[in-house]
Amino acid sequence: MNISFHEDTITAPATPPGIGALSIIRLSGPESFRLIDKIFKGKKKLSDADTHTLHYGLITEGSSTIDDVVVSVFRKPNSYTGEDVIEITSHGNPFIQRKILELLIAGGARAAEPGEFTRRAYLNNRIDLAQAEAVADVINSSSQASLRGARNQLDGLLSSKVKTLRDGLVETSSLIELELDFSEEDIILIDKSEIAGKIERIKAEIENLLKSFSFGKILRDGVNIAIAGKPNTGKSSLLNYLLRESRAIVSSIPGTTRDIIREDIIIDGFLFRLFDTAGIRSSVDEIEVEGVLRSRNAVKNADLTVFMYDSSEEFPEDLYRELLEVIDRKKLIIVQNKIDLPHIDGPLTDVKISAKTGEGIEKLLHSIKDRAFVNSNYTEKSIIVTNIRHKDCLVRAQDFLEKANISCRQNLSGEFIAADMRNAVEILSEIIGEITTNDILNNIFKNFCIGK
Amino acid sequence: MKFDIIVIGGGHAGIEAACAAAGMGCAVGLVTMDKKAMGRMSCNPAIGGTAKGHLVREIDALGGKMGLIADRTGIQFRMLNRSKGPAVWSPRCQSDRELYSVEALRIVESVPGITIIDDSAVDIISENNEVRGVITGNLGEIMCSALILSSGTFLNGLMHTGLNSVKGGRFGENASTGITETLLKLGFEAGRLKTGTPPRLKKDTINWDILEEQKGDENPQPFSHFTNAGDFPYLPQMSCYITHTSGKVHKVLEKGFGESPLFTGRIKGTGPRYCPSIEDKVVRFSEKNQHQLFLEPEGLNSDLIYLNGFSTSLPVEIQAEALKMIKGLEEVEMVRPGYAVEYDFFPPHQVDLTLETKLVKGLYFSGQINGTSGYEEAAAQGLIAGINAAAKIKGMPELVLKRSEAYTGVLIDDLVTKSTEEPYRMFTSRAEYRLLLRQDNSDRRLLKYGYEYGLIDKTSFEILEEKNRKVLEGIEFLNKHRIEMKAANVFLEAKGLDLVYNAETTAKLVKRPSVGLRELLSITTNNNQQVNDLISDINVLEQIEIELKYEGYIKRQQELIEKLEKFENSAIPLATDYKSLKSLSTEGREKLSKVKPRSIGQASRISGVTPSDISVLLVYLKT
Repeated sequence: MNISFHEDTITAPATPPGIGALSIIRLSGPESFRLIDKIFKGKKKLSDADTHTLHYGLITEGSSTIDDVVVSVFRKPNSYTGEDVIEITSHGNPFIQRKILELLIAGGARAAEPGEFTRRAYLNNRIDLAQAEAVADVINSSSQASLRGARNQLDGLLSSKVKTLRDGLVETSSLIELELDFSEEDIILIDKSEIAGKIERIKAEIENLLKSFSFGKILRDGVNIAIAGKPNTGKSSLLNYLLRESRAIVSSIPGTTRDIIREDIIIDGFLFRLFDTAGIRSSVDEIEVEGVLRSRNAVKNADLTVFMYDSSEEFPEDLYRELLEVIDRKKLIIVQNKIDLPHIDGPLTDVKISAKTGEGIEKLLHSIKDRAFVNSNYTEKSIIVTNIRHKDCLVRAQDFLEKANISCRQNLSGEFIAADMRNAVEILSEIIGEITTNDILNNIFKNFCIGK
Repeated sequence: MKFDIIVIGGGHAGIEAACAAAGMGCAVGLVTMDKKAMGRMSCNPAIGGTAKGHLVREIDALGGKMGLIADRTGIQFRMLNRSKGPAVWSPRCQSDRELYSVEALRIVESVPGITIIDDSAVDIISENNEVRGVITGNLGEIMCSALILSSGTFLNGLMHTGLNSVKGGRFGENASTGITETLLKLGFEAGRLKTGTPPRLKKDTINWDILEEQKGDENPQPFSHFTNAGDFPYLPQMSCYITHTSGKVHKVLEKGFGESPLFTGRIKGTGPRYCPSIEDKVVRFSEKNQHQLFLEPEGLNSDLIYLNGFSTSLPVEIQAEALKMIKGLEEVEMVRPGYAVEYDFFPPHQVDLTLETKLVKGLYFSGQINGTSGYEEAAAQGLIAGINAAAKIKGMPELVLKRSEAYTGVLIDDLVTKSTEEPYRMFTSRAEYRLLLRQDNSDRRLLKYGYEYGLIDKTSFEILEEKNRKVLEGIEFLNKHRIEMKAANVFLEAKGLDLVYNAETTAKLVKRPSVGLRELLSITTNNNQQVNDLISDINVLEQIEIELKYEGYIKRQQELIEKLEKFENSAIPLATDYKSLKSLSTEGREKLSKVKPRSIGQASRISGVTPSDISVLLVYLKT
């Protein structure tokens, strides 16, 4: 069971999930300062900062900047939890939030359990005794809320997958235990290489789940979409329409007309990064050459390109062919715009819209999502790890399985393999929230004829 | 008549309870229906086995008697799992059934302070939920401050063979009635379990020549730390033999299914899954066309053979007919049929980790009454109950062994925390810290407690301290002691292992697979006194080798223990009113009220208690 005394450092968002102007991530525990100093670049190190002070700076990962933030410093015991507390106020973007949490956890923090900050506050006498009942209620109701949350489709699929993997480990463990506890029985035992094979198969499946976490291109970092087309085909109108509809402008990177304009929008919980490109076409004009180059790169790096043309004009064959030089047709969505005006259906068209009236845009978004999923080999039914705590557990389980695998390959006696397998099973059980140590014996009694 | 402590039952639990309590200076009355049946082996004539052997070694280190009795009466000794790692090596012996009882009685009679009372207990006297005494069939009231119930399968025992049911706790012995009824009146909850035993065969009607022999170890190891190696083994050694059932045997057995008390529902109690009857095996594993059977001698001079693996409660004639179909048993004479026995037990969440019942002060349960099966499981509980009952009277601290320090701790924690629905047997896989709980270090883990409670003498304790010191020093020495590259490489090459490029420490080299510490040290060229001392002390050398060889694994388990220690040490008052803790989940509240865990650690092991329940508990513990 994963419960901890207040000695490690925990982190969690302190503001409700979703889009807001700002969001706050809280960090509490003895390691708070060490962890924040690893990722925060400001005027001074926060470990030197006074309590109850605010600091502006950047959260960085390596050389790249995640966000500009304001950090509040509270030194123990004068903080909410009574421990060293850091609060990071970032822009209200779930992807930024998730990224910051990931960085903190990678540094050694643990994802907090529901109500854990409040519990610590209580245990450190920051809340008076009369509030005990209230605190307990908070703990319980928030954990129930998280249980309800766990019943959504993605998590539901994940936990049934994890359960299958755990059952596989239990089964493998029982094969190991069989020769330890029941060596006197008349049972055919399987050899270590076969056990190693079973462990490796489960490891591979966990690896796949872990990869799905980096599928954050969609769930975390968003889908990069280049919008290409000749001037005046309505690219800006489409952008403006989408921005208006989503009402969720996250950031806007301004540029000159020849620069690329990027807008981040969130639709149906997915982040889309739209790049408005200059028209892609060969040019002799020097300034234009520069712009064209950038456009080509934008298209090349995008997950998808929306290629727009004007209904009232000829289908731009030349531009189309140029695009195909850079990207695959599968990554191209061809959009015929201005269908509110009299028009004839163009060739090769995937979606017809009117950026002015909004007609067809729903369909366009749908097709963008479809393509984005298809191109990443994930469908909406794929099992995707989105929760950082789950990822944390999977990584730890993987670690123990690797140890078990090594012991297996060294042909060590079963109890050494079993020790690491047990840890892996327990960690997977943390994800699905159940644990019984009798699983292995139950499995043995069910499947093997035991009993001299 | 008045005693400090009365023990009911002279089985494996009762013996340990009585001896420990008397050894701690209490006046003990041991009530048994027949003192000749002291320590009687109701089922197979063997002690130890996987995990059970560990328990015997622990009992011995704590100052119990089972290891000594087994050593003196063993007729075959084997160390099971010798081909595997040291943590799962398990000692086992075949015993001379009659001599075992004789020796058990001799030992009990030799302990000052025990009065054996040949009688049967019929009622418990208690006042305000506190034990006052016991009423026996002949002597009437006997008063006491503590009462230890270790009544085995005798409480309302009912034996089945076919559709024939006879009241009794064991073949030819009466059941005991009255105690269950009193306990129910006091508010206890009872359940019913079942166990079985195979037929006994006449030795000289078996065709031994065609059977596969299983010998004991060439260099048998005693169970007890205190058995003198020079005297051991005490008795001549015997072999077991192996045979198998066949499709023909199964066909005969099937004829009796209509009259099986198991399949017809006459037996209500739950039997052990790890020790199913032969009829159960035939039905549940119908794809197996044979099952392995062991023919075990019942004693040096006994003409009985115990047919291990053929436990059954089918009708007598079916048993006799099926036996004759088994290879080697064509002409066999069945002296006594197998039978099943049902008996009352009290689901063990009703006792505390000291084995004192939560409901009645001064009343202790140990052995099968707590839902366990096996002599060793019973003896371990008897010992702990005896020590705790005496400790309470003498004003000493209680003895609760942790899961991280003994199988005995795992056993009792499992019983109390998870209760049990089938007869509970110890397995090494039940111990999460298996790599630390080895039979070879039982003295290093537990002897100190035996000494604290006066069950181990000072000399033995000092010898252990000396051993511990030598082990620590040895490890320190070998972490520095280097073996020259040349010598090391000759050695490594002969073993087909990777060579070294520098002189390497012994501690590092011994971590390689198939490298033994003794052989490694013996290649050291210079005549080093410290090395010679180490080589000559087998016991110290063994400890050092294991600790060095498996250092990484051992460390990892120790770190886990340290991480969880705070939970184990964070006490929950027994009087906690869980009903008033409204924020607990419904199931959590119910389970916590039932088990009344001692610590947060124990609470977290109760099934149905969630992490948020634990959080709520932590919050309330602060108030």
